[in-house]
Amino acid sequence: MSAVIDAAGLGKRYGRKWALTECTLEIPSGHVVGLVGPNGAGKSTLLNLAVGLLSPTAGTINVLGEEPASSPEQLGRVGFVAQDTPTFSALSVADHLRLGAHLNPTWDHTVAEARIDQLGLDPNQKAGKLSGGQQAQLALTLAVAKRPQLLILDEPVASLDPLARREFLQILMETVAEDAVSVVLSSHLVADLERVCDYLIVLVASRVQLAGPVEELLAQHHRLIGERRDPATLPSNQEVIESSHTERQSTILIRTTDPILDPAWTVEEVGLEDLVLAYMGQAASLARQARPTLGLLT
Amino acid sequence: MIEFHLDTHSGVAPYLQIVQQVRRALKLGLLHEGDQLPTVKEVVARIAINPNTVLKAYRELEHDELVAARPGIGTFVTRTLSDQSLSAHGPLRQELGRWLAKAQRAGLDDESIEALFRDTFRSARERDIA
Repeated sequence: MSAVIDAAGLGKRYGRKWALTECTLEIPSGHVVGLVGPNGAGKSTLLNLAVGLLSPTAGTINVLGEEPASSPEQLGRVGFVAQDTPTFSALSVADHLRLGAHLNPTWDHTVAEARIDQLGLDPNQKAGKLSGGQQAQLALTLAVAKRPQLLILDEPVASLDPLARREFLQILMETVAEDAVSVVLSSHLVADLERVCDYLIVLVASRVQLAGPVEELLAQHHRLIGERRDPATLPSNQEVIESSHTERQSTILIRTTDPILDPAWTVEEVGLEDLVLAYMGQAASLARQARPTLGLLT
Repeated sequence: MIEFHLDTHSGVAPYLQIVQQVRRALKLGLLHEGDQLPTVKEVVARIAINPNTVLKAYRELEHDELVAARPGIGTFVTRTLSDQSLSAHGPLRQELGRWLAKAQRAGLDDESIEALFRDTFRSARERDIA
Protein backbone atom coordinates (compact mmCIF):
# COMPACT_ATOMS: atom_id res chain seq x y z
CA MET A 1 0.00 0.00 0.00
CA SER A 2 1.53 3.30 -1.08
CA ALA A 3 1.33 6.60 0.73
CA VAL A 4 -1.34 9.10 -0.28
CA ILE A 5 0.63 11.92 1.29
CA ASP A 6 4.35 11.70 1.89
CA ALA A 7 6.00 14.77 3.41
CA ALA A 8 9.59 15.15 4.53
CA GLY A 9 10.85 18.17 6.45
CA LEU A 10 8.02 20.15 4.93
CA GLY A 11 7.77 23.82 5.90
CA LYS A 12 5.96 26.94 4.78
CA ARG A 13 6.89 30.45 5.76
CA TYR A 14 4.84 33.61 5.26
CA GLY A 15 7.23 36.55 5.60
CA ARG A 16 9.02 35.83 8.85
CA LYS A 17 6.37 33.56 10.32
CA TRP A 18 6.48 29.79 9.84
CA ALA A 19 2.95 28.43 9.32
CA LEU A 20 4.27 24.86 9.17
CA THR A 21 7.65 23.50 10.23
CA GLU A 22 9.52 20.20 9.93
CA CYS A 23 6.44 18.31 8.93
CA THR A 24 7.32 14.69 8.23
CA LEU A 25 4.37 12.43 7.51
CA GLU A 26 3.53 9.28 5.66
CA ILE A 27 -0.19 8.69 5.36
CA PRO A 28 -1.06 5.23 4.00
CA SER A 29 -3.91 4.89 1.52
CA GLY A 30 -7.33 3.49 2.38
CA HIS A 31 -7.90 5.63 5.44
CA VAL A 32 -10.16 8.43 6.50
CA VAL A 33 -7.63 10.74 8.09
CA GLY A 34 -8.62 13.37 10.63
CA LEU A 35 -6.35 16.40 10.84
CA VAL A 36 -6.99 18.21 14.12
CA GLY A 37 -5.52 21.18 15.86
CA PRO A 38 -6.47 24.62 17.13
CA ASN A 39 -7.13 27.48 14.74
CA GLY A 40 -3.93 28.79 13.22
CA ALA A 41 -2.04 25.53 13.82
CA GLY A 42 -1.19 25.12 10.14
CA LYS A 43 -3.95 22.71 9.06
CA SER A 44 -5.05 24.73 6.04
CA THR A 45 -1.42 25.40 5.08
CA LEU A 46 -0.68 21.65 5.05
CA LEU A 47 -3.78 20.89 2.99
CA ASN A 48 -3.10 23.73 0.55
CA LEU A 49 0.44 22.41 0.09
CA ALA A 50 -1.01 18.95 -0.56
CA VAL A 51 -3.22 20.20 -3.39
CA GLY A 52 -0.54 22.44 -4.89
CA LEU A 53 -2.21 25.77 -4.13
CA LEU A 54 0.91 26.63 -2.12
CA SER A 55 4.48 25.60 -2.74
CA PRO A 56 6.80 24.62 0.11
CA THR A 57 9.47 26.93 1.54
CA ALA A 58 11.37 23.91 2.85
CA GLY A 59 11.26 20.14 2.40
CA THR A 60 9.18 18.09 -0.01
CA ILE A 61 5.65 16.78 -0.36
CA ASN A 62 4.37 14.05 -2.65
CA VAL A 63 0.71 13.27 -3.12
CA LEU A 64 -0.20 9.90 -4.68
CA GLY A 65 3.48 9.52 -5.52
CA GLU A 66 3.85 12.80 -7.40
CA GLU A 67 4.46 16.44 -6.71
CA PRO A 68 1.08 18.18 -6.13
CA ALA A 69 -0.42 19.74 -9.28
CA SER A 70 2.59 18.63 -11.34
CA SER A 71 0.36 17.38 -14.17
CA PRO A 72 -3.31 17.43 -15.19
CA GLU A 73 -3.42 13.69 -14.40
CA GLN A 74 -2.15 14.29 -10.89
CA LEU A 75 -4.73 17.06 -10.39
CA GLY A 76 -7.46 14.72 -11.64
CA ARG A 77 -6.65 12.15 -8.98
CA VAL A 78 -7.12 14.59 -6.10
CA GLY A 79 -10.47 16.09 -5.13
CA PHE A 80 -10.41 19.19 -2.95
CA VAL A 81 -13.10 21.01 -1.01
CA ALA A 82 -11.68 24.27 0.35
CA GLN A 83 -12.58 25.82 3.68
CA ASP A 84 -16.24 26.88 4.01
CA THR A 85 -17.12 24.73 0.96
CA PRO A 86 -17.21 27.56 -1.58
CA THR A 87 -19.63 27.56 -4.51
CA PHE A 88 -20.42 30.20 -7.16
CA SER A 89 -23.50 31.94 -5.77
CA ALA A 90 -24.69 33.33 -9.13
CA LEU A 91 -24.46 29.96 -10.90
CA SER A 92 -27.17 27.33 -10.75
CA VAL A 93 -26.65 23.78 -9.51
CA ALA A 94 -26.74 22.56 -13.14
CA ASP A 95 -24.15 25.22 -14.11
CA HIS A 96 -21.85 23.86 -11.43
CA LEU A 97 -22.12 20.37 -12.90
CA ARG A 98 -21.46 21.69 -16.44
CA LEU A 99 -18.45 23.57 -15.12
CA GLY A 100 -17.19 20.43 -13.41
CA ALA A 101 -17.63 18.43 -16.62
CA HIS A 102 -15.62 21.01 -18.62
CA LEU A 103 -12.80 21.34 -16.14
CA ASN A 104 -12.27 17.66 -15.24
CA PRO A 105 -11.17 15.06 -17.80
CA THR A 106 -12.27 12.24 -15.46
CA TRP A 107 -15.71 13.75 -14.71
CA ASP A 108 -18.54 11.24 -14.20
CA HIS A 109 -21.77 13.03 -15.05
CA THR A 110 -23.98 10.09 -14.07
CA VAL A 111 -22.55 10.13 -10.56
CA ALA A 112 -22.96 13.90 -10.30
CA GLU A 113 -26.58 13.89 -11.45
CA ALA A 114 -27.53 10.90 -9.30
CA ARG A 115 -26.11 12.63 -6.28
CA ILE A 116 -27.92 15.93 -6.93
CA ASP A 117 -31.08 13.90 -7.34
CA GLN A 118 -30.45 11.97 -4.11
CA LEU A 119 -29.88 15.26 -2.27
CA GLY A 120 -33.15 16.61 -3.63
CA LEU A 121 -31.51 19.73 -5.05
CA ASP A 122 -33.28 21.66 -7.82
CA PRO A 123 -30.80 21.86 -10.76
CA ASN A 124 -32.10 25.35 -11.67
CA GLN A 125 -31.61 26.78 -8.21
CA LYS A 126 -28.84 29.36 -7.84
CA ALA A 127 -26.13 28.15 -5.46
CA GLY A 128 -26.40 31.40 -3.50
CA LYS A 129 -29.98 30.51 -2.58
CA LEU A 130 -29.05 27.09 -1.16
CA SER A 131 -28.70 26.48 2.57
CA GLY A 132 -25.20 26.14 4.03
CA GLY A 133 -25.64 22.37 4.22
CA GLN A 134 -26.78 22.15 0.60
CA GLN A 135 -23.86 24.30 -0.60
CA ALA A 136 -21.49 21.97 1.26
CA GLN A 137 -23.14 18.96 -0.40
CA LEU A 138 -22.83 20.62 -3.81
CA ALA A 139 -19.12 21.31 -3.24
CA LEU A 140 -18.63 17.68 -2.16
CA THR A 141 -20.53 16.45 -5.23
CA LEU A 142 -18.17 18.40 -7.51
CA ALA A 143 -15.12 16.93 -5.79
CA VAL A 144 -16.49 13.38 -5.82
CA ALA A 145 -17.77 13.37 -9.43
CA LYS A 146 -14.25 13.70 -10.76
CA ARG A 147 -13.65 10.24 -9.30
CA PRO A 148 -10.55 11.10 -7.28
CA GLN A 149 -8.30 8.61 -5.49
CA LEU A 150 -7.80 11.09 -2.69
CA LEU A 151 -10.33 13.55 -1.32
CA ILE A 152 -9.02 16.49 0.71
CA LEU A 153 -11.51 18.50 2.74
CA ASP A 154 -10.60 21.60 4.73
CA GLU A 155 -13.01 22.11 7.65
CA PRO A 156 -15.97 20.95 5.58
CA VAL A 157 -18.51 20.89 8.40
CA ALA A 158 -17.32 23.70 10.68
CA SER A 159 -20.04 26.15 9.69
CA LEU A 160 -22.89 23.64 9.46
CA ASP A 161 -25.61 22.93 12.01
CA PRO A 162 -25.54 19.46 13.62
CA LEU A 163 -28.14 17.96 11.28
CA ALA A 164 -26.44 19.24 8.10
CA ARG A 165 -23.13 18.07 9.53
CA ARG A 166 -24.45 14.56 10.07
CA GLU A 167 -25.94 14.47 6.57
CA PHE A 168 -22.65 15.63 5.06
CA LEU A 169 -20.70 12.92 6.89
CA GLN A 170 -23.27 10.29 5.88
CA ILE A 171 -22.76 11.10 2.20
CA LEU A 172 -19.00 11.29 2.66
CA MET A 173 -18.87 7.85 4.31
CA GLU A 174 -21.14 6.41 1.64
CA THR A 175 -18.66 7.67 -0.95
CA VAL A 176 -15.77 6.04 0.90
CA ALA A 177 -17.64 2.72 1.07
CA GLU A 178 -18.54 2.90 -2.63
CA ASP A 179 -15.38 4.19 -4.26
CA ALA A 180 -12.66 3.11 -1.80
CA VAL A 181 -11.35 6.68 -1.92
CA SER A 182 -8.85 7.88 0.69
CA VAL A 183 -9.90 10.97 2.62
CA VAL A 184 -8.01 13.63 4.55
CA LEU A 185 -10.23 16.07 6.40
CA SER A 186 -9.41 18.78 8.88
CA SER A 187 -11.71 19.70 11.72
CA HIS A 188 -11.68 20.75 15.30
CA LEU A 189 -14.87 18.86 16.06
CA VAL A 190 -13.37 15.77 17.63
CA ALA A 191 -16.74 14.10 18.20
CA ASP A 192 -17.33 14.00 14.44
CA LEU A 193 -13.84 12.72 13.77
CA GLU A 194 -14.33 9.95 16.31
CA ARG A 195 -17.11 8.53 14.17
CA VAL A 196 -15.54 8.79 10.76
CA CYS A 197 -11.75 8.72 11.08
CA ASP A 198 -9.47 5.73 11.45
CA TYR A 199 -6.25 7.71 11.26
CA LEU A 200 -5.40 10.81 13.26
CA ILE A 201 -2.94 13.67 12.91
CA VAL A 202 -2.67 16.28 15.66
CA LEU A 203 -1.10 19.50 14.47
CA VAL A 204 -0.32 22.21 17.02
CA ALA A 205 1.77 25.36 16.68
CA SER A 206 2.87 24.47 13.12
CA ARG A 207 4.19 21.02 14.13
CA VAL A 208 2.86 17.47 13.94
CA GLN A 209 2.48 16.30 17.55
CA LEU A 210 0.94 12.90 16.91
CA ALA A 211 0.08 10.76 13.90
CA GLY A 212 -1.11 7.19 13.46
CA PRO A 213 -4.03 4.78 13.13
CA VAL A 214 -6.66 5.69 15.74
CA GLU A 215 -6.91 2.18 17.17
CA GLU A 216 -3.16 1.95 17.63
CA LEU A 217 -3.02 5.37 19.28
CA LEU A 218 -5.85 4.53 21.68
CA ALA A 219 -4.17 1.22 22.59
CA GLN A 220 -0.87 2.95 23.38
CA HIS A 221 -2.23 5.64 25.67
CA HIS A 222 -3.36 5.10 29.23
CA ARG A 223 -4.41 7.20 32.16
CA LEU A 224 -2.70 6.26 35.42
CA ILE A 225 -4.38 7.25 38.66
CA GLY A 226 -2.76 6.72 42.03
CA GLU A 227 -0.95 8.18 44.99
CA ARG A 228 0.81 11.46 44.33
CA ARG A 229 4.07 10.90 42.52
CA ASP A 230 6.59 12.84 40.47
CA PRO A 231 6.04 11.91 36.77
CA ALA A 232 9.84 11.98 36.32
CA THR A 233 10.07 8.77 38.39
CA LEU A 234 8.09 6.72 35.86
CA PRO A 235 9.93 4.02 33.89
CA SER A 236 11.69 5.28 30.77
CA ASN A 237 9.37 3.34 28.44
CA GLN A 238 6.41 5.42 29.64
CA GLU A 239 6.30 8.79 27.95
CA VAL A 240 4.40 11.37 30.01
CA ILE A 241 1.98 13.38 27.88
CA GLU A 242 0.03 15.15 30.58
CA SER A 243 -0.07 15.08 34.35
CA SER A 244 -2.10 16.75 37.05
CA HIS A 245 -1.81 16.47 40.78
CA THR A 246 -3.87 17.12 43.86
CA GLU A 247 -2.42 17.01 47.35
CA ARG A 248 -2.62 13.23 47.48
CA GLN A 249 -3.39 12.02 43.98
CA SER A 250 -1.64 12.03 40.62
CA THR A 251 -3.36 11.56 37.27
CA ILE A 252 -0.89 10.94 34.46
CA LEU A 253 -1.53 10.33 30.80
CA ILE A 254 1.23 8.19 29.33
CA ARG A 255 2.16 6.63 26.03
CA THR A 256 3.75 3.20 26.01
CA THR A 257 3.77 0.04 23.93
CA ASP A 258 4.61 -2.12 26.95
CA PRO A 259 2.29 -3.44 29.64
CA ILE A 260 1.98 -1.36 32.81
CA LEU A 261 3.28 -3.48 35.67
CA ASP A 262 3.21 -1.11 38.64
CA PRO A 263 0.26 -2.28 40.80
CA ALA A 264 0.07 1.11 42.53
CA TRP A 265 -1.74 2.56 39.51
CA THR A 266 -5.34 2.29 38.51
CA VAL A 267 -5.12 2.16 34.70
CA GLU A 268 -7.89 3.65 32.57
CA GLU A 269 -8.46 3.72 28.83
CA VAL A 270 -8.34 7.10 27.10
CA GLY A 271 -10.94 8.38 24.61
CA LEU A 272 -10.01 10.13 21.39
CA GLU A 273 -11.15 13.54 22.60
CA ASP A 274 -9.06 13.33 25.78
CA LEU A 275 -6.10 12.21 23.72
CA VAL A 276 -6.37 15.12 21.30
CA LEU A 277 -6.84 17.64 24.12
CA ALA A 278 -3.83 16.24 26.00
CA TYR A 279 -1.54 16.68 22.99
CA MET A 280 -2.90 20.15 22.32
CA GLY A 281 -2.34 21.07 25.97
CA GLN A 282 1.18 19.64 25.95
CA ALA A 283 2.14 21.62 22.86
CA ALA A 284 0.59 24.80 24.24
CA SER A 285 2.50 24.55 27.52
CA LEU A 286 5.77 23.87 25.66
CA ALA A 287 5.12 26.97 23.57
CA ARG A 288 4.56 29.00 26.74
CA GLN A 289 7.84 27.76 28.22
CA ALA A 290 9.72 28.61 25.03
CA ARG A 291 8.51 32.21 25.10
CA PRO A 292 10.73 34.59 27.08
CA THR A 293 9.10 35.51 30.37
CA LEU A 294 8.47 39.18 30.81
CA GLY A 295 8.64 39.51 34.56
CA LEU A 296 5.04 38.51 35.06
CA LEU A 297 5.87 36.32 38.04
CA THR A 298 3.79 37.29 41.00
CA MET B 1 -33.55 -5.91 9.16
CA ILE B 2 -31.50 -4.69 12.10
CA GLU B 3 -30.70 -0.98 12.36
CA PHE B 4 -27.56 0.05 14.18
CA HIS B 5 -27.03 3.09 16.34
CA LEU B 6 -23.91 4.57 17.84
CA ASP B 7 -23.38 6.03 21.29
CA THR B 8 -20.20 8.11 21.13
CA HIS B 9 -20.21 8.78 24.86
CA SER B 10 -20.33 5.15 25.98
CA GLY B 11 -16.56 4.64 25.86
CA VAL B 12 -17.20 1.37 23.97
CA ALA B 13 -15.33 1.18 20.65
CA PRO B 14 -17.73 1.78 17.72
CA TYR B 15 -17.03 -1.61 16.08
CA LEU B 16 -17.75 -3.34 19.38
CA GLN B 17 -21.07 -1.51 19.68
CA ILE B 18 -22.15 -3.01 16.35
CA VAL B 19 -21.00 -6.50 17.43
CA GLN B 20 -22.93 -6.15 20.69
CA GLN B 21 -26.06 -4.95 18.92
CA VAL B 22 -26.03 -7.98 16.62
CA ARG B 23 -25.41 -10.36 19.53
CA ARG B 24 -28.23 -8.78 21.53
CA ALA B 25 -30.62 -9.06 18.58
CA LEU B 26 -29.66 -12.72 18.18
CA LYS B 27 -30.24 -13.37 21.88
CA LEU B 28 -33.63 -11.68 21.84
CA GLY B 29 -34.67 -13.56 18.71
CA LEU B 30 -34.94 -10.34 16.69
CA LEU B 31 -32.52 -11.75 14.12
CA HIS B 32 -32.94 -15.25 12.74
CA GLU B 33 -30.80 -17.65 10.79
CA GLY B 34 -30.76 -16.53 7.16
CA ASP B 35 -31.51 -12.88 7.90
CA GLN B 36 -29.35 -10.39 6.04
CA LEU B 37 -27.36 -7.72 7.86
CA PRO B 38 -27.39 -4.26 6.27
CA THR B 39 -24.59 -3.73 3.76
CA VAL B 40 -21.59 -1.66 4.80
CA LYS B 41 -22.78 1.13 2.53
CA GLU B 42 -26.24 1.12 4.13
CA VAL B 43 -24.79 1.28 7.63
CA VAL B 44 -22.38 4.15 6.94
CA ALA B 45 -25.03 6.09 5.02
CA ARG B 46 -27.29 5.82 8.05
CA ILE B 47 -25.05 6.42 11.03
CA ALA B 48 -22.12 8.25 9.38
CA ILE B 49 -19.25 6.07 10.55
CA ASN B 50 -16.09 4.83 8.90
CA PRO B 51 -16.74 1.82 6.59
CA ASN B 52 -13.70 0.04 8.05
CA THR B 53 -15.44 0.08 11.44
CA VAL B 54 -18.40 -1.83 10.02
CA LEU B 55 -16.11 -4.25 8.17
CA LYS B 56 -14.21 -4.92 11.35
CA ALA B 57 -17.44 -5.63 13.27
CA TYR B 58 -18.67 -8.00 10.55
CA ARG B 59 -15.30 -9.78 10.47
CA GLU B 60 -15.50 -10.33 14.21
CA LEU B 61 -19.04 -11.71 13.91
CA GLU B 62 -17.82 -13.97 11.11
CA HIS B 63 -14.95 -15.15 13.26
CA ASP B 64 -17.49 -16.04 15.98
CA GLU B 65 -19.35 -17.96 13.26
CA LEU B 66 -22.53 -15.99 13.83
CA VAL B 67 -22.67 -14.59 10.30
CA ALA B 68 -21.20 -15.45 6.91
CA ALA B 69 -20.38 -13.16 4.01
CA ARG B 70 -21.55 -14.19 0.56
CA PRO B 71 -19.36 -12.18 -1.80
CA GLY B 72 -21.32 -9.76 -3.93
CA ILE B 73 -24.59 -10.50 -2.12
CA GLY B 74 -24.23 -9.58 1.53
CA THR B 75 -23.70 -10.82 5.06
CA PHE B 76 -26.14 -13.33 6.51
CA VAL B 77 -26.91 -14.70 9.95
CA THR B 78 -25.82 -18.34 10.18
CA ARG B 79 -26.67 -19.16 13.74
CA THR B 80 -28.87 -17.83 16.46
CA LEU B 81 -27.97 -17.22 20.09
CA SER B 82 -31.48 -17.62 21.43
CA ASP B 83 -32.52 -20.99 22.83
CA GLN B 84 -35.55 -22.67 24.33
CA SER B 85 -35.57 -20.00 27.03
CA LEU B 86 -36.91 -17.53 24.44
CA SER B 87 -40.49 -18.69 25.04
CA ALA B 88 -40.09 -17.70 28.67
CA HIS B 89 -39.13 -14.11 27.69
CA GLY B 90 -42.71 -12.91 27.24
CA PRO B 91 -44.05 -13.78 30.69
CA LEU B 92 -40.79 -12.67 32.34
CA ARG B 93 -40.95 -9.35 30.52
CA GLN B 94 -44.53 -8.87 31.73
CA GLU B 95 -43.56 -9.65 35.29
CA LEU B 96 -40.62 -7.27 35.06
CA GLY B 97 -42.94 -4.58 33.67
CA ARG B 98 -45.23 -4.99 36.65
CA TRP B 99 -42.26 -4.86 39.01
CA LEU B 100 -41.01 -1.64 37.34
CA ALA B 101 -44.43 -0.03 37.70
CA LYS B 102 -44.45 -1.00 41.37
CA ALA B 103 -40.98 0.48 41.88
CA GLN B 104 -42.06 3.74 40.22
CA ARG B 105 -45.17 3.93 42.39
CA ALA B 106 -42.92 3.48 45.42
CA GLY B 107 -41.09 6.63 44.33
CA LEU B 108 -37.85 5.15 42.92
CA ASP B 109 -36.29 7.13 40.08
CA ASP B 110 -34.58 5.52 37.06
CA GLU B 111 -31.18 5.63 38.68
CA SER B 112 -32.34 3.95 41.88
CA ILE B 113 -34.19 1.26 39.90
CA GLU B 114 -31.09 0.48 37.87
CA ALA B 115 -28.88 0.46 40.94
CA LEU B 116 -31.28 -1.82 42.80
CA PHE B 117 -31.50 -4.23 39.88
CA ARG B 118 -27.73 -4.37 39.38
CA ASP B 119 -27.08 -4.82 43.06
CA THR B 120 -29.64 -7.63 43.43
CA PHE B 121 -28.36 -9.25 40.23
CA ARG B 122 -24.80 -9.16 41.50
CA SER B 123 -25.56 -10.58 44.96
CA ALA B 124 -27.69 -13.36 43.39
CA ARG B 125 -24.75 -14.27 41.13
CA GLU B 126 -22.35 -14.25 44.04
CA ARG B 127 -24.69 -16.56 45.95
CA ASP B 128 -24.67 -18.96 42.99
CA ILE B 129 -20.90 -19.02 42.87
CA ALA B 130 -20.53 -19.53 46.63
